[in-house]
Formats: sequence, C-alpha cells, structure tokens
Amino acid sequence: MAMKTKVVGTALLMLCAAAFGQETRIGKLVGNAKHGKALYTRYCIFCHGPYGDGRGESAPYLDPKPRDFTKAVFKCRSTPSGTLPLDIDLYNTISRGVHASGMPSWKPLLKQERVDLVAYIKTFSTAFQEEKPGTPVEIPPEPPSTPESIQRGAQLFQTMNCWSCHGKDGRGYGPSAATLTDSKGNPITPFDFTSGSTFKCGDTDSDMFRDLVTGLDGTPMPSFGSAMTADQRWDVVHYIRSLSNHKLHAKLKIEPVGQ
Amino acid sequence: MQKWSLRWIGLRCLISAVAITSIQSAYGIPAFARKYGLPCSACHEAWPMLNNFGQRFKDNGYQLGNDRDAPIYQEPSYWPITFRTTPTWHRENNNRQAVDAVPGNPSSGLVEASVTTSGFDLNGLDVVTAGTLYNNISFFVQPFISSSISVNQAWVRFDNLLHSHWLNFKMGKFELDQPISQERSLTLNNTGAVYYNYFFTPPGDHNAFVGIGLPQLGVELSGHNNTTRYSVAVVSDSNGGTGLPTNQAVDVYANFNQSFEAPHLGWQQVGVYGFFGESPTYFQTSGGTPVPGTGQGNRGFYRVGAYGHWYLQQFDFYTFFMHGFDDAFLGNGVPSNQPALLPSGATGPTWNGGFVEAHYNPNPRWIILGRYELVRMSRQANPNILSTNGNLDTWTVGYRWYPIMSPRAGLAWLQEYSRLNNIGAAPLSGKDDIHSSYLMGFDFDF
Repeated sequence: MAMKTKVVGTALLMLCAAAFGQETRIGKLVGNAKHGKALYTRYCIFCHGPYGDGRGESAPYLDPKPRDFTKAVFKCRSTPSGTLPLDIDLYNTISRGVHASGMPSWKPLLKQERVDLVAYIKTFSTAFQEEKPGTPVEIPPEPPSTPESIQRGAQLFQTMNCWSCHGKDGRGYGPSAATLTDSKGNPITPFDFTSGSTFKCGDTDSDMFRDLVTGLDGTPMPSFGSAMTADQRWDVVHYIRSLSNHKLHAKLKIEPVGQ
Repeated sequence: MQKWSLRWIGLRCLISAVAITSIQSAYGIPAFARKYGLPCSACHEAWPMLNNFGQRFKDNGYQLGNDRDAPIYQEPSYWPITFRTTPTWHRENNNRQAVDAVPGNPSSGLVEASVTTSGFDLNGLDVVTAGTLYNNISFFVQPFISSSISVNQAWVRFDNLLHSHWLNFKMGKFELDQPISQERSLTLNNTGAVYYNYFFTPPGDHNAFVGIGLPQLGVELSGHNNTTRYSVAVVSDSNGGTGLPTNQAVDVYANFNQSFEAPHLGWQQVGVYGFFGESPTYFQTSGGTPVPGTGQGNRGFYRVGAYGHWYLQQFDFYTFFMHGFDDAFLGNGVPSNQPALLPSGATGPTWNGGFVEAHYNPNPRWIILGRYELVRMSRQANPNILSTNGNLDTWTVGYRWYPIMSPRAGLAWLQEYSRLNNIGAAPLSGKDDIHSSYLMGFDFDF
C-alpha cells in the first residue's frame, strides 16, 4: 500500500512538473525530465533511491548519506540559505561530484544528460513548482591574500566559533564535532581544512567565499552572510586556504586567539 | 590447392584453439560496485561493455576521485574479488567437416559431412581481483580456472605520474588498449566470441604472432583527458605466454582516440591504432627440434587501422577497419636463411578486414546486438593460391537480459547465434566451410 502511494505520488509529482514546473535550462540546453529519469535509473538510483528520498540500496553503506531530493534542501548553492538552488548549482554538483562523499564526478556524461538529470531531480519535490530559486549571492573581487589578511582570518575563525566544529587547528576535531548531525539526524563530520582535499562545493576561493555566505543547507554549517562583511569573509577564506599550506602556515606563525 | 587448404585449416584450427582457450569470458567487476555503492550500469552500458563513465574510471586507475578510492577507507570486511561463470547450453555445427567415410575406419577415406554437437557446458570460472594498492597505484589480477588454472591478466599500474593524467605506466600481462575490447565482448559462443580481425593470419602464414586480441606481456604508457586517449605498449613477442618467448624481439602497439560530444546523440569516438612487430622465421634446432627462445631470421609484420564508436541515443555501433601485412618469408612459411625456398612470385600477403557491431540498449537491463565481420585478402603470399583463400564472413545476433543488477551481483540471461563462412576453405571440396553456434545460458558475476 505504502509502495502504491509512493508510486502514485511520484507520478503526480512528475505530472505537476510537466504541467506547471519550471523549465530546466542551462545555457542553451533545456532539460528533459523523461530522459533524465532513464539516466537516473542507470546512474543514481542505487544511492538516491527510486523515489529520490536518499534511500537507495547502497545508502546504508554510505557516509555521508545520499541527498534526499524530496526535501529540496541542497548543500551546494549560489543562493541564500533556505532557498532553492539554481539549475546551474545542481548541474555543477552533478558535474563536480561531492568530495569526501560517495558522490563521484559525473562529467563523463554528456552536458545534455546532466541537464536532463537536473530536470528529473527537480520532479522529486513540489518546492520547485511552488517556489522560485533564491537570488544568487554576489561575490565581490577578491583582495590579495597577505599575512595580515590571514591573521585577521585566524582571529575571525576563533571569534565566529568556527573552531568549535572544525577545531582550533582546522583539522575537524572541534569540541562539538562528535555531536554534529545533519538535518536527518545522521552523524556528520566537519571538514578537515588541513587535508588539502577538494572542498565539497568547489575548490576556488570564490567557491569558499560563497559557502560562507550561503552556508551548507542540511548540515550544521550556517550562513555567515550577515555575521561578517565581505572583507572579513575573504580574510577567513585566506586563513582556511593557508591551513592546507603547512609551510606557509608555519612561516606565518599564526596563533589561535580569543579562545 | 588441397595441400594449402589442409594447412590453412590446420592453422585456422590452431588459431581458433589459441584464441578460444586464451580469451576468457569478459568480466564486469561487482567488487567495484560494492566498493563504491554504484550499480553495474554506472560503469557498463551492459556489462561487460564499458560506458564512458566506466572507461574514465578504468583510465584513472580504478579511482573515482572521491573519498572511497583509497584502500585505507575500505571496511575490513571488503574483499576486492569477483567471480564470474557462465553455465550454458550450446549447439555447434560445421557443414563440411572431413570425416572417415566409415566411422572408425581410417582407411575408408575422407568425406565431407555436416557435424553437429550440442549439450550443456560451463565456461570455467573467472576470478578477478582489482583495485588500488595505494593512492595512484592500481592492480588487476585475473586467474582463469577450468580444467587447469591460467593467469589471463596480471599487472600493476602507476597512475597519474607527475600529477598528470597523461602519464600512467603499466607493467605485467595486460589487455592491449584495443579499439574495441576483446575481453569485454558481449558474445560468448564458440563462433562469435572473438573478433576475427584481431587474430587473423593468412593461409600458409607462419607468423608466430597470434593477434592483438590476446593479453600481452610488457609495459604500457598511457594517458587521457576528458576527450583524448593514447597508449603505447612495448610487448614481448610471446602472445602473452609466460616462460621463454619465441625470440628476443619486442613488438610495439599504439592506440590513439578522440571523443567528442554530439548533443542529444551521445559521445562519439574515432581512433587509429597500429601493431608493429617481428616474428622469427626459423629456430636453432637440437636434433631437428627447435630450441625454445632461439627464434632467428626475424621478419616484420604490421596491423594498422581505424575505428569509431557512435552513439545515436539508445543505439550505438562500432565500426572497425584493419589492414594487415606480413613479410613474404612469414607469409610463405619459409626460413629467411633459405630464400631459395620461396615460391616464384612470392610476396608479403596483405589483407583488409573490418566489422560493424550494433547495440540497442533501451534500458540498463536489456541489450540487443548484431555484428557483421569480414576479412578479404588483397594479395596472397603465393600467387598460386586462390585469391579468395582466407576470406571470411561472419555474423552474430543475440541479446542479454539482466534481471539482477545490483551493487552486489549481476545475473544475465543470454541467447546468441553466430555463423562463420570461411570462403572456399572446406577441407576436401574447396567449397565454403561454414560453422554455426547457438548458445543460451546464464552469465553471473558476484
């Protein structure tokens, strides 16, 4: 019975998407949800599940858990916290993959196929029919990274309590780390900035700046859009970037302050 | 004519035997699916045939680039091993086999007769263990168990040297970077399991090289980005056989291909390849018996060609062309230290061949396939040989259905029919020698 309800629900959602849904468009490419469904069945279903709820066959073995598309909550966005992502945000996530998770880069798929997947993923939640995506955050030009900028970032890292999750030295072992969960109650690990690994939502300084503004919805990482000025966010970006550059970090002799 | 035909049949039988016993059934690797939590269909158009995502995964040294790549992250219970076997029922027919006129009486003379056999069978057991030993060090070991145990492939690869996708170094026994993978052929039946062009040598030819379809022993340098791939391999002149090679020669194989995106159709790929080698024409002997590894009087040969892989949404097809050449001494089976034995007008044989293989893959659980392949001699080694001798046509149709396809195991039901026409090669009459195979069965992988 529950299965039937889910099937009917999914079918209705798809009908709604077809009838009222926003068109999925990235550049000149227009998404086709029907094609996207076939691709989803081939590539995505075993993690994200047939109903897009993140309960695929492999989900129990994955950490972090696959995204639940029915909630329309996405970590990697260019839009403010609590708003829907742009099509390009979903497209970029599919293309880039999500580092430190089971989600690989799907760049080997055609661009059109990735756009089709975006179109289909949007059918799992009515939110994409009822709401518009948020306005993308503005990213001002980046000032040069200097020892002073990094030092200011280190101070902000302390005063903004980043260290409580990410740890004093940015290794992801802050005092709150062990208690953190995502929005579905699954344990979640703060990012280790010293690892030199690719960041989940893009690896450029602009990507990190954007993450500070938007936060990562569905995780404990909040938005610092109003808590810091743009210059301060750049300082934090420079400091975080320095954490994986161990030689630079040692040379600058940056000490945690204000603990 | 009859003498040549009998030699040709003998050689063909030898090549077929080598090919069929050396080419183990192809593989999908559920061990990877288990490791990454992905379904077979993520990497395979229909296993064992790779799709573009699977090819990139393979090119990148069995690494996806996410946090599940390194062995250090694996659970202790994870065992990177896969088993594959294929219980089947098959029927084989040869329309003109030479048999005794009175069965059991060899003095009754030979006649040609249609011979049919059929029954249940098992294609041995493939064991594949593969993955990453360490970050950017990948490996692959594939023992094959039937009445004996052999090692079909065993290699280690150093990936992304100097942090570049363009530098990957492999050593061991490996499948050449073939235009279309023989190891990943979707067909398993006796007649249609091999790409004949990969193993072709002309009538009367004594080239020791069996073909690019066999895994070879040597080293390979390869590289790739999202659209371009290359590989250059230097291999022993031993057809992948362990122990002493036939001689000291090494052969070179190179492959280059370029992909491009056709919106709404799929990835399209074109490529060129070449195998350039030398084969001994005689051996040092002891009491008339060749001493292994002492091949001498090397003479050259090559196989070159071009290919494409074309997607039209749910249809895709391979196109493949090969041009082959063997030196006159190889082609005539004459030791190069005895040129007087060459027949008048002897020359290096050349031929052209190719195939088209089409697939219809409406969803990950179904694939329907058809293949047509041919070889045409363009120049015989000996002008006295009939110009069509050696020509062949073969076609195959079949389908595979995958009722079980999970990150843990895969099961396919398959049916195939193949027909091979060796033109003018019947052992006694010189008429067409036709082989056909029908096969049905299960192919499972876990």
